[in-house]
Amino acid sequence: MRGTTKLVLLLGWLGYGLLPWYLVERASLVSFGWLNGYPFGRAGTALALSLSGEAPWLLPAGLALVAATVASGLRDEKIVARILILAGMAGIALFFAQGFAIGIRGQGIPGLAALLGGAGAAQPGMGAGAFLCILSLLLLLCHGLAYRGYCRGDLFTTSAIGIIVLLIGLFIFFPVVTVLESALIDQDGAFALSAFTSRFFDSSIWGLGCLTSNTNCGVAWNTLFLAVLCGVITTLLGLACALLILRTGMPGKRVMRALTVLPIITPPFVIGLALILLFGRSGMVSNLMYEWFDIPRSRWIYGLPGVLLAQVLAFAPIAFLVLIGVVQGISPSLEEASQTLGAKPWQTFRTVTWPLLRPGLANAFLLGFVESMADFGNPLVLGGNYEVLSTKIFFAVVGASHNQGQAAVLAIVLLGFTLGAFWVQQRWLGDKSYTTVTGKGDSGLPTPLPRRVSWLAGLVILPWVALTFVIYVVILIGGFVKAMGRDYTPTLEHYRTGFSIDWSRGLFFEGAAWDSFFTTIKIAAISAPLTAVIGLITAYLLTRQRFAGRHALEFATMLSFAIPGTVIGVAYILAFNVPPIEITGTGLILVLAFVFRNMPVGVRSGIAGLSQIDKSLDEASTTLRARSFTTLWRIMLPLLKPALVSALVYSFVRAMTAVSAVIFLVSAEYNLATAYIVGRVEAGEFGLAIAYSSVLIVFMAFGIGLIQLGVGERKLGRRKVVALNSSVSDPISQGAAS
Amino acid sequence: MTKAGPASVEFRNVSMRYGAVTAVDDISFTIEAGTLVTLLGPSGCGKTTTLRMIAGLEIASEGQILIGGHDVTRLSAADRDVSMVFQSYALFPHMSVLENAAYGPTVKGLGKEKSREMALEKLALVGLRGFESRYPSELSGGQQQRVAVARALVLEPQVLLFDEPLSNLDAKLRRRVREEIRELQQDLNLTVAYVTQDQEEALAVSDRIIVMSNARIAQEGAPRALYEAPANAFVADFIGDANLIDVTITSVADGRAAVAIGSATVSLPARDLGPGPAKVAVRPESLLLSETATPDSLPGTVRKCAYLGNHLDIMVETEVGELFVVQYGHHAMWKPGTPVNLAFAGSGVTLIPPN
Repeated sequence: MRGTTKLVLLLGWLGYGLLPWYLVERASLVSFGWLNGYPFGRAGTALALSLSGEAPWLLPAGLALVAATVASGLRDEKIVARILILAGMAGIALFFAQGFAIGIRGQGIPGLAALLGGAGAAQPGMGAGAFLCILSLLLLLCHGLAYRGYCRGDLFTTSAIGIIVLLIGLFIFFPVVTVLESALIDQDGAFALSAFTSRFFDSSIWGLGCLTSNTNCGVAWNTLFLAVLCGVITTLLGLACALLILRTGMPGKRVMRALTVLPIITPPFVIGLALILLFGRSGMVSNLMYEWFDIPRSRWIYGLPGVLLAQVLAFAPIAFLVLIGVVQGISPSLEEASQTLGAKPWQTFRTVTWPLLRPGLANAFLLGFVESMADFGNPLVLGGNYEVLSTKIFFAVVGASHNQGQAAVLAIVLLGFTLGAFWVQQRWLGDKSYTTVTGKGDSGLPTPLPRRVSWLAGLVILPWVALTFVIYVVILIGGFVKAMGRDYTPTLEHYRTGFSIDWSRGLFFEGAAWDSFFTTIKIAAISAPLTAVIGLITAYLLTRQRFAGRHALEFATMLSFAIPGTVIGVAYILAFNVPPIEITGTGLILVLAFVFRNMPVGVRSGIAGLSQIDKSLDEASTTLRARSFTTLWRIMLPLLKPALVSALVYSFVRAMTAVSAVIFLVSAEYNLATAYIVGRVEAGEFGLAIAYSSVLIVFMAFGIGLIQLGVGERKLGRRKVVALNSSVSDPISQGAAS
Repeated sequence: MTKAGPASVEFRNVSMRYGAVTAVDDISFTIEAGTLVTLLGPSGCGKTTTLRMIAGLEIASEGQILIGGHDVTRLSAADRDVSMVFQSYALFPHMSVLENAAYGPTVKGLGKEKSREMALEKLALVGLRGFESRYPSELSGGQQQRVAVARALVLEPQVLLFDEPLSNLDAKLRRRVREEIRELQQDLNLTVAYVTQDQEEALAVSDRIIVMSNARIAQEGAPRALYEAPANAFVADFIGDANLIDVTITSVADGRAAVAIGSATVSLPARDLGPGPAKVAVRPESLLLSETATPDSLPGTVRKCAYLGNHLDIMVETEVGELFVVQYGHHAMWKPGTPVNLAFAGSGVTLIPPN
């Protein structure tokens, strides 16, 4: 048995024999009152609790550790491997069996609990001891597999695969399955298929009242309609913009590029908020219209038009990013070939350029579609009577009805839509996209855009750019005036409310926003590196290692792209509100939500980065006797710096701006900036909300700079090498739903 | 570090399959210790896969691989005492020349000083003293290639592998570098497996050549044997140029066959073939052009003639088809339409089986 395995075994015993098994409330490192009765009682160790008969169901995990310890004395590696695999598998199975069988009183799986000797017993959520123990059992299993020759006997590879699979299972699959399960049980907790069908086919979801009579349509149709409109409009805007920038001499390319970064660092509902300040009943524009043209103020912005406008403004840059890549990818020599064959510019555009663009357009459409489906902030702020799935889920959980079953059913409908779009994208586009970029150097000048297309594109783009500009001006100055639209007296009042610091008794953060601001930074700073590391390791395993189930793993990570934040939020509170993993209300659940929500981003940028590194580099390292971990650490990581930067930046930024998932998960103790701002908007305190938003935007721009400085440039010789993909905006073009 | 010395490599009925595709089909061969053996063949014939199986970068689907008499079939690349020089060189772009060369001993945990010392020694060997602190991007193609060789040599592996090492160099440099590789192999007494698709390169550097075609070994032997006595049409055509002519063996006596090539009759070594249809492979320089007719020569008409400096490329139309003839030295150009006679030289005309 190798040294690493012994260390893992030691870790397991530490968790089993020394640390408190359960999660102890009010644990602290300063006062030790919570340790009362150690090693028995609430803070007891598994060893003491199982041997004393207090919790006999914890015994099997210990027996697995004993078996592995016995194996460590043996010499024959084959037998050691077999014992480790068996002990690891049995240990993990029984560990989770007891965890799920015995929960709080009245829950769990009674039959299984009786089998494990804990009929009628109850136990709290798992804690540090249980965590170390399961980690150790998993690693023992993986090491056993490596000894048997899996993954060419590489301990690091098998362990990494094991850990990633367990994490995805626990924090993506388990919550989603919990949602499905809770959709099938009625209010009393009994299994009832009829409850599901009656909820699922409810007219509030699928009703067609808006077509037949003058009532509202079902929320599913509303969502679908909005998403299709949003997809079409963002795609057209993105295409017009990409064509104008790449195919005409239009100035301002850099400005447009910069403009595409803005929505990434803008919390999603801020656009909606700015729209209210412009077009609301007492908005700036509404006031001017009333004063100059006597157009009466109305509430038109609340509802479909407002939500659609906000979403188009927020997501069109994403379509632009996708389509600029597609337009760039069309080899100019194809168009030149068409021209030399006698086609006029318009004919070339219609017969060559446009057909080559189509797959990219479909991709951009689906992206806009999914983004709109998943958007929560804008419908919440601007929706009015126009209900969509994400907001309806939210109100089903937090509203007066508190109907978790209904929330679960709505979540399933939403998940069905996004997975459907995802499926179409994978199946249909996977085969259809034309590869127009070949390995060969392709010189040639892109054909200029036909004149009529240029004019059309320009006409579409101008209002969009102008409106975006106005919106950001509103966001920036909105915090410095008394009340946008009513009273333009300059004031620092909003900033004082939110961010005042009292120096009279030493440093004291007096402002109302500081708490949530600091929590947000803390959580984002913890989750970003975790996301990047897990994402990059997964990317490495997917691209550079061959193992059984690799495609399943790839599919699972891709799948979590398609799960909307609202669904994740609901899933997390349903899954992690009760033992064995009872972490709602803690900061941990926020970190976990961010890590697994943003993991696909890390995976995507990792895969993109790795695909630029020639495989012969790791083969060279291997033939020079380096093991996978050494190769990853000494060869991949230094070369992956740009990917690391974009993964870090992106997960940090998304953690700062996310609303949909976390609005379910925040607590009084752990409130986040976005949730706080949404609260202010609902209370009508627009000034503070907009001031806080601009602080966030400025802070994130600052944070991005800091990360780029900290990770540093990739060093490839003394000559300055222009990094190929250090752009912040990279992963977004791969498709992500917020 | 104990030097293991060169080791032999043996393949026993090795196959490699990717799903339904068979990249290497049941091949067996031995590379003797201290020799340079070339795997030669067109692209897609399985030669690189074979090399990667020696390295351990691919694990064989079937069969047995032995290095130095030990079974290494299931060992990963990191556990085999084999180094490789990659086609793209695979130099780590973020490391200096010295760091690249010292990578092997460093990850082996031999300590910084020791690794540096070993790396410097091998860098001096390939003539790169003074380049230690440069980065790969600051070196020419030839220099990068030397770094790759030095890096592979540092651990003094039992077997050294080259995967088309010259394909990224220009023609002049190729000749020089291949000579250097051969010298290095002989001076250090290394076992080398060398993959190339350039037959001239293979003839120039190898002790033995294994010609591969369609995932199998077409022929194995010393360079001279392959050129002068190709076992089949593929080898005859792949190594050097050859005119493949359908012929009839009229009689065989004392190991020599009387062969009818069209109207001409030639006596050739029989190579165990009996009377009946066969083929001959005729090297273009073994067809001798003259204006006088003899009984063992073939009449024909010049179709084309091209001037290539030190030789002429001539196409001659004959009763057995169009033949490709090369004439070295300074000759006058042949006018198209000139009637000529083709005689067969004493070497470079080989009987091969009909299929």
